[in-house]
Amino acid sequence: MTMKRRTLLALTLATGLTAPGIALAQADTIKIGLLATFEGAFTVLGEDSERGAMTAVDEFGGMVAGKKIEIVKGSSDASPDSAVRAARKLVEQDGVKILVGPLSGDEGIAVKDYAKTHPDVTFLNGSSAAQDTTLRDPADNFFRFSTDGAQWMAGLGTYAYNDRGYKKVATVAEDYSFPYTQVFGFMAEFCKAGGTVPSKSWVPIGNKDYSSVIAAIPDDVDAIYVALGGADAVNFLSQYNDAGGQAPLIGGSITVDQTVLTAKGRMRDVLIGTPAAGPTADTNDSQAWKDFTAAYKKQDGAFPSPSLFAHAYYINMKAALLALDKVGGDLSDDGAKLRQELSTISFETPTGKVSLDSNRNAIADMYLTEVSEAADGTLVNKLIKVTPQVNQTLGIPTDEFLALGAVSRENPSCP
Amino acid sequence: MADASRSTPKPLSQGQGMTRRQGVGLGLLVLAAIFVWMVFAQWPDWLNAILISKKAFLSAILNGLTLAGLYFLVASGFTLVFGLMRNVNLAHGSLYLLGAYIGYEFAEWTGYWLLGVAAGFLILAVVGLVMQVLVFRRLEGDDLRQTLVTIGISVVAADLMLAYWGGTTYQILTPEWLSGAVQLPIVTAVRSNGTEVLLVYPFYRIVVLVSAIVIGVGLWALVNRTRIGAMIRAGVDDRDMLAASGVNVHVVFAVVFALGAGLAGLAGVVGGSALSVAPGEDVRYLLASLVVVIVGGMGSIVGAAIGALIIGLAEQIGLVYFPTYGVVLTFVIMVVTLAIRPQGIMGGTR
Repeated sequence: MTMKRRTLLALTLATGLTAPGIALAQADTIKIGLLATFEGAFTVLGEDSERGAMTAVDEFGGMVAGKKIEIVKGSSDASPDSAVRAARKLVEQDGVKILVGPLSGDEGIAVKDYAKTHPDVTFLNGSSAAQDTTLRDPADNFFRFSTDGAQWMAGLGTYAYNDRGYKKVATVAEDYSFPYTQVFGFMAEFCKAGGTVPSKSWVPIGNKDYSSVIAAIPDDVDAIYVALGGADAVNFLSQYNDAGGQAPLIGGSITVDQTVLTAKGRMRDVLIGTPAAGPTADTNDSQAWKDFTAAYKKQDGAFPSPSLFAHAYYINMKAALLALDKVGGDLSDDGAKLRQELSTISFETPTGKVSLDSNRNAIADMYLTEVSEAADGTLVNKLIKVTPQVNQTLGIPTDEFLALGAVSRENPSCP
Repeated sequence: MADASRSTPKPLSQGQGMTRRQGVGLGLLVLAAIFVWMVFAQWPDWLNAILISKKAFLSAILNGLTLAGLYFLVASGFTLVFGLMRNVNLAHGSLYLLGAYIGYEFAEWTGYWLLGVAAGFLILAVVGLVMQVLVFRRLEGDDLRQTLVTIGISVVAADLMLAYWGGTTYQILTPEWLSGAVQLPIVTAVRSNGTEVLLVYPFYRIVVLVSAIVIGVGLWALVNRTRIGAMIRAGVDDRDMLAASGVNVHVVFAVVFALGAGLAGLAGVVGGSALSVAPGEDVRYLLASLVVVIVGGMGSIVGAAIGALIIGLAEQIGLVYFPTYGVVLTFVIMVVTLAIRPQGIMGGTR
């Protein structure tokens, strides 16, 4: 008898514990997890990505399919384990069924692997842009409406070789998957055009003192390709300036982003004229981009122009909300309908049309830019050229592209 | 009689080569000669092949020295406070970061970088004084609680600074006369047309190195040549005895704490100008000064200098020659030091 009573008690307890979860899920709100780097070296980037995501939420008036959108924030510090920890907290404790994030490359790969363990949760990328988040061994429930770091480089290598006349370029980049992807994207075109890359420096993320790295760059290169982000880029650029840096720079997408261009420091001289490529251009004069900039600027602490992190989070959040709207906010089937909708959706963004390939990675327009001084003295990325509808394999047939091998410190190589 | 026989030098040792001391001296001399040759000679190709280039190698050494200067400024205050009060102040990194932010604000506000440096030192000295009076004096003799309280202070301070200054990276702008690069009279390469390429190095970093040496010598003189230094040294050796001989130890403690905190603040401004200021720097410099002090020996100024030199050089050389595993090198040095000489290179045996 006592046994039975105890079992009963346990059952009651268990029901009591799970019931609030069920009740919450059925309430008239839709919980969306927002995972970004609100701490560490990429704090500024994370803060701006939140502005981008909230711009999308505000565009929908905070409501989708008649339900209120509730954003639950999770913070990581750009390390993969912190991202998984934050994702786990959002999914397992807060019970979100849709998660937008993370921000940084290695984080994306880690969260993609975590996504496989929760097939009932729909993951949308934030701004992480490592190639293998979607190219090799993708997760069925991980969607990337922002593009990857190699796609972002579209047009840059050819431009550097043909228009700028750089034949020999050294690279300096952080030592993890996203900069590998960026260097790959740049070198794919640059080496094909006939250029050589005799020296590649990989530095730990969060490094402060770059002067030794700068000194180790060969004297005879025509330009230096830099793929560093946030505080790392600011440190490199101002120290390169102090060291009397002579060679012109070529920028990775996040190196000449608004998060760096607005930082306080002595680096204007080395930055102005730097060509780069990425998913956005500050001086894009299409009406859609202008509207997006205006909406973005309503957020607290906004930059003069949205960073690419704000842009990527905006697009992914918007995709989630558009698809949610289509399925009427119905997640009762563990989000199967939502994911079906997401994989076929195609929509106009501030930077042109976006659609997904079979690996759920975006195909979108890319912008070749050059850092220049705006009339009000701020630094902006001036639009030079648009490369339309770049896919993840950069126009190369998929099996041929896969044969190039996974990106790494050594791959590609053309000394 | 036994004493006399021990003190008489053994006649045999003169005929049989060198003593151990002479051997070490000769070895050091050879190393110094090789180093001087590496600095001034033109490198043969095989050496360039091993060490990337003469420019890369010498820059790494110079950067290691400047970084060592910075680490020394932070760690000297840390080691003094520990030596005297047996108190590991784990909020020391926060003092560095706060000093950097305050220096930035003052330099922006007044337009004079030197005022920023002075403000960083003075305000942090006052903060240190307040911490000593309000926190440490209350917890005197309770090491564990002091340590835990300082961890708490550092966490709260980090969040308060993040809330006020945000996550943006700040760069404290050095004045015109300190910026730019200078040519050092060291030839790094000879072009094919016979012109010599001289080593170019940021002027500000040389200034950092020189000021660290000046401050180091000043601290050494203060501790070893003045009355208050004698009190500090006496306090390091035996606090109770010092108090019993009529010295107000609390005043000595307060002065040392203020000095240590002020040095951390000064280092913050100087370091924030050479590198940059961002959240997370506090932990970085706390860790660096912990390693420096463990390697150099707790409570010794000379030890802090030696420790800073080793760690600074190891970090920069590691960054250039094996970037992926460079971080490990620092800790390998620490582990080896702990295994061979647990009290640190200059640490006394107590």
